[in-house]
Amino acid sequence: METLQDTETKKATTSSSPTFKGSGSQMLLNCLIEEGVSTIFGYPGGAIMPIYDALYDYADKLQHILVRHEQGGIHAAQGYARTSGKVGIAFATSGPGATNLVTGLADAQIDSTPLVCITGQVFAHLLGTDAFQETDVINITTPVTKWNYQITDAKEIPEVLAKAFYIAKSGRPGPVLIDITKNAQLQIEEFEAYVKCNHIRSYRPKPKVRVEFIEEAAKLINNAKKPFVLFGQGVILGGAEKEFKAFIEKTGIPAAWTIMGEGAIPTDHPLNVGMLGMHGNYGPNVLTNECDVLIAIGMRFDDRVTGRLDKYAKQAKVVHLDIDPAEIDKNVKAEVGIWGDCKETLPILTNLVKENKHEAWVALFRDYNQQEIDQVITPELYPSGEEMTMGEVLRTLNELTGGDAVIVTDVGQHQMVACRYAKFNKTRSNVTSGGLGTMGFGLPAAIGAKYGAPERTVVAIIGDGGFQMTPQELGTIMQFGAAVKILILNNQFLGMVRQWQQLFHDKRYSFVNITSPDFVALAKSYYIEASKVDQRAELKKALETMINHEGSYLLEVMVGKENNVFPMVPQGCSVSEIRLK
Amino acid sequence: MSNDTIKYIPGDANYEGKQDFTITVYAEDRVGLLNRISIIFSKRKINIDSLNTSPSEIAGIHRFTILINESHEVVRKLARQIEKQVEVLKVYFNTDSEVIWQELALYKVSTEEITEKVTVERLLRQYGATAVVIRKDYTVFSVTGHKEETDALVKALEPYDLIEFVRSARVAIIKDSAGFHEKLKEFEAEEPGEERVENEFLDKGDKIFTM
Repeated sequence: METLQDTETKKATTSSSPTFKGSGSQMLLNCLIEEGVSTIFGYPGGAIMPIYDALYDYADKLQHILVRHEQGGIHAAQGYARTSGKVGIAFATSGPGATNLVTGLADAQIDSTPLVCITGQVFAHLLGTDAFQETDVINITTPVTKWNYQITDAKEIPEVLAKAFYIAKSGRPGPVLIDITKNAQLQIEEFEAYVKCNHIRSYRPKPKVRVEFIEEAAKLINNAKKPFVLFGQGVILGGAEKEFKAFIEKTGIPAAWTIMGEGAIPTDHPLNVGMLGMHGNYGPNVLTNECDVLIAIGMRFDDRVTGRLDKYAKQAKVVHLDIDPAEIDKNVKAEVGIWGDCKETLPILTNLVKENKHEAWVALFRDYNQQEIDQVITPELYPSGEEMTMGEVLRTLNELTGGDAVIVTDVGQHQMVACRYAKFNKTRSNVTSGGLGTMGFGLPAAIGAKYGAPERTVVAIIGDGGFQMTPQELGTIMQFGAAVKILILNNQFLGMVRQWQQLFHDKRYSFVNITSPDFVALAKSYYIEASKVDQRAELKKALETMINHEGSYLLEVMVGKENNVFPMVPQGCSVSEIRLK
Repeated sequence: MSNDTIKYIPGDANYEGKQDFTITVYAEDRVGLLNRISIIFSKRKINIDSLNTSPSEIAGIHRFTILINESHEVVRKLARQIEKQVEVLKVYFNTDSEVIWQELALYKVSTEEITEKVTVERLLRQYGATAVVIRKDYTVFSVTGHKEETDALVKALEPYDLIEFVRSARVAIIKDSAGFHEKLKEFEAEEPGEERVENEFLDKGDKIFTM
C-alpha cells in the first residue's frame, strides 16, 4: 500500500518539534500533545497496554481520567467536546473495550460531535485468527464513524493521527476511530516532525460558497411577509452565534431551535420564540405551517422536528443553509439550498437582506405562547397539586443559576422538560443526546462537560431510569473529583414510555414501572454528598445546597409519577396538530 | 398540452418511477472503502444489482460502477451520502440513455453438443459469441453485451446442456464525461481548514476544580 502521505495529504506549515525516536505509543501521545489535547477519557486493557505504559511518563502533559466503563469514557469525551469546542479523546482496549464504544460513536455521529477514539488491537500477525480479545472494530464501527482506520505499522501513526484530527473537527464534525495493533504500538521508529493536516484531496469539509444562491435567498427573505427561522447545532458547531444573532436582528425574523441548537442565542432574546418538534412550543410548531419563507440554518429536519413530512411547511418556500450537502433536499425540499459553513454564509446573507420588523407576525408567536403559558407552562412551573413537577424543579434551578450553568441531560421526559424550561445565557451550555436518544448519556457526559468547561457550574439532570444505566461513573467522580451536580428527577417510571403507553396504548403499562436503589446511599457509598427531597417546601434550599456544595453532589427529587410532557405532536401527525393536553 | 399530462418515460430525468441507474464513484484506493459504500445501500435495504471496481483513467484513483434499480430521488440521495465519505472524490449517477455500458458473459457448453448440433452453432453465430477455450469435453464461449442479450443466449442454450454461466458486473462510460483529470486538479488545490475557538479556561482546570 502507498502511504497516506504520498497520495492524499499535503504537508502544511512545518512544526517546530524535532525528529523523535521512540515507540509508536510514545509517538501517538506526542501527536495528541501537538494537537492540543490535555484530557483523555479511557480504560486500559491487554491490547492497549503499550500506550498506557507510555502514558505513565506523560502524566504532566496529559490528564487521563480512568472511567468505569468504555461507554462512560466516550460519553465523557462527547460532553467534553460539546462544552469545550475541542476534539474529545477516548481510549479503549480491543474486543469488548472497543465494542463498548459503539453506542457513543453512534451518538457522536448523529449529533456531529468531534471525537478521536483510539482502540488497541491484537498483533497484526494475529488479525483474522480470532485471537483473544480480537474483534473487527473497523467494520463494526464503519456505519457510526465519520472515518476510521487501522494502523498496523507505527510509521503511519503521525500521518493518520493528523488526518484523524482534521477529519473529526472540520466540516460537519464527527467521530473518528483509530485502531492500532499492538506491534505498531511497540515498534521503535525514527519519526519525522509532526505536521498537522489541513487538506485531503478526496475530502471537501467546506463546500464552495456560491453567492448567487445567497442572493436568491435574500430576495425570498426580502419579499417574505411571514418568514420563520429554524436553527440547529450547525450555528454552534460553526461558532456562528454572533453572525446568527446579527442576521435575525437585522431581519426581525422570529427564530426557533432544535434541541441541539438550543442556547446558540440566549433564551430571553426577543426573537427567540422557542423549541421545535414533538415536545416543542406551540407557536413554532403551528406557525411552521403558516410561514411563507422557512429559513433552516444548520439543522437537518429530523422526524422529531418535522412530524409528518407530507404535511410539513408545504405552503412555505424553504431556504436551507447547511455545511453538509447531503442534508439539503434530504427530508425537506429546499427552494434555495446554500451549501457552506454558516459562519461564512450568514454574513453574506445578512449583508443582502433588508432591515425589517415583522411585528404582527412575531406577535402571533406571542399569542400562541400565551395560550401555551395558560394551559401548559403555568401549571407545569407553578403546580397547584401536592406532587412536585419536573417543570418547577427547572424553574427553581433557573432562579439559582440565572441561566449560566451547563445543563447536561439524559433521555426521556426530564430531557424534554429541561430543554423546554432551562434558561441559557451562553452557547455550548446544553449537552444532550439529541439524535440517538441514548439513555445513560447524562452522567458520563456531565463529567466530560465539567472537564471541558471547568469554570462553569455543570448540572446533570437525569431520570431514575437513565441514571441506572451508567451509575458506575460515580466511581470516576469519586476518584477524580469532577464537581458535577447530579439532579435525579425520580418519577418511579420510565416516564416517556409510560406517557406513550398511556396516550397510545390504552394505559397498558408494560414494563415501565422501574424501582430504584437508595440513590442517596449509593452516592454516599462513593463518598459523594447527597440528599433527597419529596416536599416542595424543601426544594429550593436543597437545590441551593447542591449548587453551593464544593465538589460533586447528588440530589434526588421525587416528582409526580404520572405527569406528562406537553405540548406533544403525536407520531404520524402534522406539526400543526400539536396537542396541548 | 399542460405539463402534468406528459407521461415521462424511463431515461428521462423527470421520470419518477424506478429505473436502472449507473452510479460511478471516483475514490481513493483504500481497504474498507467498499464496505463503507455498500452499507449506504444496505442501511436503506436497497439491493445492488451489480458492482464493479476497477482502476480509472488516473493512476491511484479507483472507479466503482454500481447498478441499481431505484427512483431518481432515491439515487440522488444515495449519491450524496456516498460522496460524503471522506475517501470518495466524486459520484455521478446516470440513466441508461446517458451511458455506454457492457457486461461480459461466459458460457460453458458440452463440446459434443455443439459439434453435433448445427443449431447450436447457429445460435452462437447469431449472438456473436467467441470461443475462449475448446476442449474435448467442453467449450467456453464469451459474449459481450447488455443483460438482455446475454440472458437471451442463456435461454437459447438451456436445451443443449449449458454446464456453467456467469456474467460480470456492468462497466459503463458516461457519454458526456470529459474524464476526471481536470476535476482532480480542483480537488488537489489547497483548501486549509480553520482552527476553531477554544475554551480559555481549559488549561486552568487545576485552579478551578474542586477536587
